[in-house]
Amino acid sequence: MNWTSFDTWLVVTASLCAVACALPGCFLVLRKMSMMGDAISHAVLPGIAIAFILSDSRGSVVMFVGAAIVGILTALFTQWISRFGNVDRGAAMGIVFTTLFALGLLLIVRAADHVDLDPGCVLYGAIEFTPLDTISLGSLEIPRAAVTLACVLAVNLVIILLLFKEFRLSAFDASLSDTLGFSSRILHYLLMTMVAVTTVAAFEAVGSIIVIAMLIVPAATALLLTRRLVSMIVIACAIAVLSAWLGHVGALTVPPWFGFESTTSSGMMAFAAGLLFLLAWLFSPSEGQLVRWWHLRRSS
Amino acid sequence: MPVILSISLPAYNTMVVIGSTVLLGIAAGLVGSFLLLRKRSLMGDALSHATLPGIGIAFALMIALGGSGKNLGGLLLGAAISGLLGVLVMFVILRTTRLREDVAMGLVLSVFFGIGVAILGMVQELPNAAGLEAYIYGKPASIVFNDFLLIGGIALLTSVATALLFKELTLLCFDDSFARSQGWPVGWLDLLLLGLVTAITVVGLQAVGLILIIALLITPPTAARFWTQNLTTMMTLSAVIGGASGGLGTLISSLTPRLPAGAVIVLVAAGIFLISMILAPERGVLARRIRRHRLRLKVDRQHLLRAMYEILESEGSPSDVRNHPIPLAAVLKKRTWRRHDLEKIIHAARKRGDLEPRSGELVCLSEAGFGEAARITRNHRLWEVYLVTHADIAPSHVDRDADMVEHILEADLVRRLEESLKERNTWIPLPDSPHRIEQGS
Repeated sequence: MNWTSFDTWLVVTASLCAVACALPGCFLVLRKMSMMGDAISHAVLPGIAIAFILSDSRGSVVMFVGAAIVGILTALFTQWISRFGNVDRGAAMGIVFTTLFALGLLLIVRAADHVDLDPGCVLYGAIEFTPLDTISLGSLEIPRAAVTLACVLAVNLVIILLLFKEFRLSAFDASLSDTLGFSSRILHYLLMTMVAVTTVAAFEAVGSIIVIAMLIVPAATALLLTRRLVSMIVIACAIAVLSAWLGHVGALTVPPWFGFESTTSSGMMAFAAGLLFLLAWLFSPSEGQLVRWWHLRRSS
Repeated sequence: MPVILSISLPAYNTMVVIGSTVLLGIAAGLVGSFLLLRKRSLMGDALSHATLPGIGIAFALMIALGGSGKNLGGLLLGAAISGLLGVLVMFVILRTTRLREDVAMGLVLSVFFGIGVAILGMVQELPNAAGLEAYIYGKPASIVFNDFLLIGGIALLTSVATALLFKELTLLCFDDSFARSQGWPVGWLDLLLLGLVTAITVVGLQAVGLILIIALLITPPTAARFWTQNLTTMMTLSAVIGGASGGLGTLISSLTPRLPAGAVIVLVAAGIFLISMILAPERGVLARRIRRHRLRLKVDRQHLLRAMYEILESEGSPSDVRNHPIPLAAVLKKRTWRRHDLEKIIHAARKRGDLEPRSGELVCLSEAGFGEAARITRNHRLWEVYLVTHADIAPSHVDRDADMVEHILEADLVRRLEESLKERNTWIPLPDSPHRIEQGS
């Protein structure tokens, strides 16, 4: 394995993205909204496409605004369809995000002539090229995506720190939160906006598959390891960083075993997160299957 | 002439594609109905993402065994196996941890899809690998006659299986605990349902891709649900909507250059859904709005008439109520309503003929309105007395409860109330109120 500063930057960028996702992800998982992350990350496609066609550039402010709007719209439409149409929440979500995704696909294909945007890169991202696109900060050459993702991470962190009490309350008891005057609806839409913005920041750098995986898997793993919210968030962030690193190491070492040269790091990062979940599922001190089995055997 | 012919009768290739998407839409509509009723719509989402690693592995294996790697049957088999594996993992997580369904779905979806992306990244180097991504976004134009036979065959098979298992699946969706208590293997039935979903998802991969096949599973049944309360009708309708979206979408995309068929199919289905949601006669948004508005009007009118009757009643003896004009201010004090709203209600009542035409600040019941007011007040009192004598509701609370129910009392129910009260010797032509009526304070 030939580790260079290129790989370091790649892992740093992916870790920033993973942590930025894991933070809101913990609350998504607690609020039984895990699939919303998947839905939004598909649904932002038309937002990205329209912003791209309008502004003709990537990573612009227009793109973030477009995605944030579509993200909120996804949550709103889902809410409306399930309330006014009396439709099951899951089904409403499925209809909204597939429709928006189809619309985005249509827009991209129609505009393919004069716009360089490939639906594939939205899903996989082009993480291998991320470290090449740098901006200089003082004497340091930092990948542009790393800066963007660091900003998004900082914003997510600040929002969650400032509203920690409110988020915690509404995650565990939405109606109490409403009675005390912290509208869980507003918090819900805030969470959705965070997810949407993070998805957009991630999409060109690392691909939305990392976003979907890092929203859910680290939080779910942490939930197996602890029953306290603060430690859950900390563990989830640690797992997010770990899977980004492991994923890239895997992407460098695994393909030769099967006689291939390389693979996409973003896919391997999701895989690594899955493996960490498997480990927690087996060995978690309180919930692990092997640990439980061991206790059962000893007690009988 | 040839121009007209080519429009009215699409090319042979297009016919094959349309045939495939129509059959796919019908089968997805049928199976999706049960998925919707089982409240597992998003399982289709997780499942379809979980097929990706299977496609990559099947492709690599077929290459390793010396094939071209593009055999549709082989690829679909791989997809089905990895999809079912995903479902299995989902069930294991649900059984063994305290993680909930949404988390289990999200976990399987993202991890399997990630593995799939990684595997596709590897096999990309193999010869002939270009075009594998078509299974993510769908590429119906690539369907040839042999593919049509495969897709059509599986779609037909799943439809027949759904029809044969109709009774069992219905029971599973509507009352799974009853099914369990009757000795049905609920877990296996669930797995079977997801097996059918897997089959649909897998054959849909080539036509609409693994993301948009979810729409064919969810949208038609949800749209059909708006039109009917009957399961058989709903499934038929869902199959029709699914088939129509498939056919229409493919047709539109074949007539216009650079319209991806998968996306158009989904948008057609979404359009049908939107129309159903708004316009459906019973459960549609518009119908329910209108119904609620009518009820509101009815309730308002009854409140007004009863309020006026009770004012008239309080001025004389209960047995001798005479109609005469009442100042608006007195009516306003009777209930907590705003002046603006009350004026609107009065306007509507005048138009109906319940009130005499306008005369300054006074309102007066018409002859017909007076009779109606007496009847409404009587119903209200009957219901109150019934609640006090039969339902043990305290007289001080009964007014509010009666308020909520009396507007939906039907003539038949009123008769039965009278009967039941007559038995108890509490029959009164127009019963006195069991509680004190506030004198407009």
